Amino acid sequence: MVRRLLSIAVALLWASSALAADVTLLNVSYDPTRELYVDFNKAFSIAYQKETGKSVEIKQSHGGSGSQARAVIDGLQVDVVTLALAYDIDAIAAKGLIAADWQKRLPLNASPYTSTIVFLVRKGNPRGIRDWDDLVKPGVSVITPNPKTSGDARWNYLAAWGYALKKYDSADKARQFVSELYKNVPVLDTGARGSTVSFVERGVGDVLLAWENEAFLAQREFGKDRFEIVSPSLSILAEPPLAVVDAVADRKGARAVAEAYLRYWYSREGQEIAARNSYRPRDPEIAREYANSFAKVELFTIDEVFGGWAKAQKEHFGEGGVFDQIYKN
Amino acid sequence: MVNTAAERRSTLPGFGLTMGLTLTWLSVIILIPLAGLFLKTFELSFDQFWAIITSRRTLNALRISFSLAFAAAIVNLVMGTIIVWALVRYHFPGRRLFDAVVDIPFALPTAVAGVALSSLFAQQGWLGAPLAALGVKVAFTPVGIFVAMIFIGIPFVVRTVQPVLIDLDVEIEEAAASLGANRWHIVVRVILPSLIPALLTGFALAFARAVGEYGSVIFIAGNLPNVSEIAPLLIVIRLSEFRYADATAIAVVMLVASFLIIFIVNRLQRWAQTRAPMH
Repeated sequence: MVRRLLSIAVALLWASSALAADVTLLNVSYDPTRELYVDFNKAFSIAYQKETGKSVEIKQSHGGSGSQARAVIDGLQVDVVTLALAYDIDAIAAKGLIAADWQKRLPLNASPYTSTIVFLVRKGNPRGIRDWDDLVKPGVSVITPNPKTSGDARWNYLAAWGYALKKYDSADKARQFVSELYKNVPVLDTGARGSTVSFVERGVGDVLLAWENEAFLAQREFGKDRFEIVSPSLSILAEPPLAVVDAVADRKGARAVAEAYLRYWYSREGQEIAARNSYRPRDPEIAREYANSFAKVELFTIDEVFGGWAKAQKEHFGEGGVFDQIYKN
Repeated sequence: MVNTAAERRSTLPGFGLTMGLTLTWLSVIILIPLAGLFLKTFELSFDQFWAIITSRRTLNALRISFSLAFAAAIVNLVMGTIIVWALVRYHFPGRRLFDAVVDIPFALPTAVAGVALSSLFAQQGWLGAPLAALGVKVAFTPVGIFVAMIFIGIPFVVRTVQPVLIDLDVEIEEAAASLGANRWHIVVRVILPSLIPALLTGFALAFARAVGEYGSVIFIAGNLPNVSEIAPLLIVIRLSEFRYADATAIAVVMLVASFLIIFIVNRLQRWAQTRAPMH
């Protein structure tokens, strides 16, 4: 009797281990990429199974890019980070968890897709929002997340600053412009998705400063008849990068899978998934194919206008930086 | 033979062990975390502390939390008394079912309660739509916070008053009636005074729960600073910005204010108990 029970137990254990995946990866990502990674993870695990015969399970974590980076620094055991901006990954690299040359290990500055910042307004655009100037008008309510925690928030801020800098050609005027913009912000959520929820579900605000992919997603999810996308005259080219967390991948021995996972972004299938989810693909062929599904915006890069992320982060978003000075709340 | 305290204590075995366990457990679960809270706040200078707790946003968050919790607890006091009266004094089909329903806000996970309330009262919700037609916006406004706080406070008043009301002798009321008191007199002079200690306890519990409530409230609150942002949410936001000392400063203020209020309620209870006729 006992032997029978024992053999059943062993059989169950063996069966359950067969159900578990051969490899598990944890991917820490920024706020709006939930739907993107549902698609991507499914495609990757099928491709990986076909190629190596092993099954892989990918667990996801989403949140404001800055908060996610802090969590990894504080010790979260993560295999890959796919964050909103290079500075957040640099911050992790500074702690020794990722090699310093991480951005060169993958093509195109480790950013397989790009995006930009657009405006999402309510149907009919009742406030007549056409460009950045309309956001600083008194009485207009703007929704953007908190730069202390969110990557999108920082891209929004820099896009606004870049526009004002180009228009007024003066750092002081740019600072004044951005101050007035933030006076029109009633609430700062912790991440891009939080802001989308506030704007779309809670009905707060007249205009949402959003990732282009997030704006398209909002239209897809809630209906084109409820929201319109307005492209500003000038916006910033955002390059959300990816990296393998060396400290964890080496210890777990999952480096090969993690690298294959990130490289899959550069394959045809990966680029298609990006394009389908409204992230701008880098592959020229696929970019041409999907050219009409993206907003036509003039773009500047952070290197051109701000001298790179390290400089921008220190000057604007650090403790006591420009954002702290202009936003007292 | 004088039964001194020392003698009384020593006749029961196991005192040392019991005392030791009790103190250790209470320290670990309650005292040490609270002490940690205060210690973290001491990292700030007094000026910094004062600046944080008197900032417009903090004051508004505290005002919203405490005033709405107080109002919700008052509503629960009134409605809870009526509910408990109906459950105890009347026998009707479905009484047991309603009795069980009163426990639902206790048993429901707060996030579930929050989502349920916010979808009910949203613009297109079952209750939200007719209310919106009347021009009343509930979800994502302070009214929504008020509603959520009432929801979670119901069981406290009912369950605290129920045993007291059950124990209340109907004969006392009959005696009062036979002595010529009208119904109003009986309720105000005989029944309510006996219930007041339990009512105050229920009020204090409902208030304390409402002040600290996070999960049920944040879904239905607008979470707009200065307008519909509750203090626990502000604490979480400060934590997410990695301003730990700011967060603990606000928490300390909430703690001290809650202690004061509970203390006052406690005093009122003691006073009421000395005047209550039957207890």
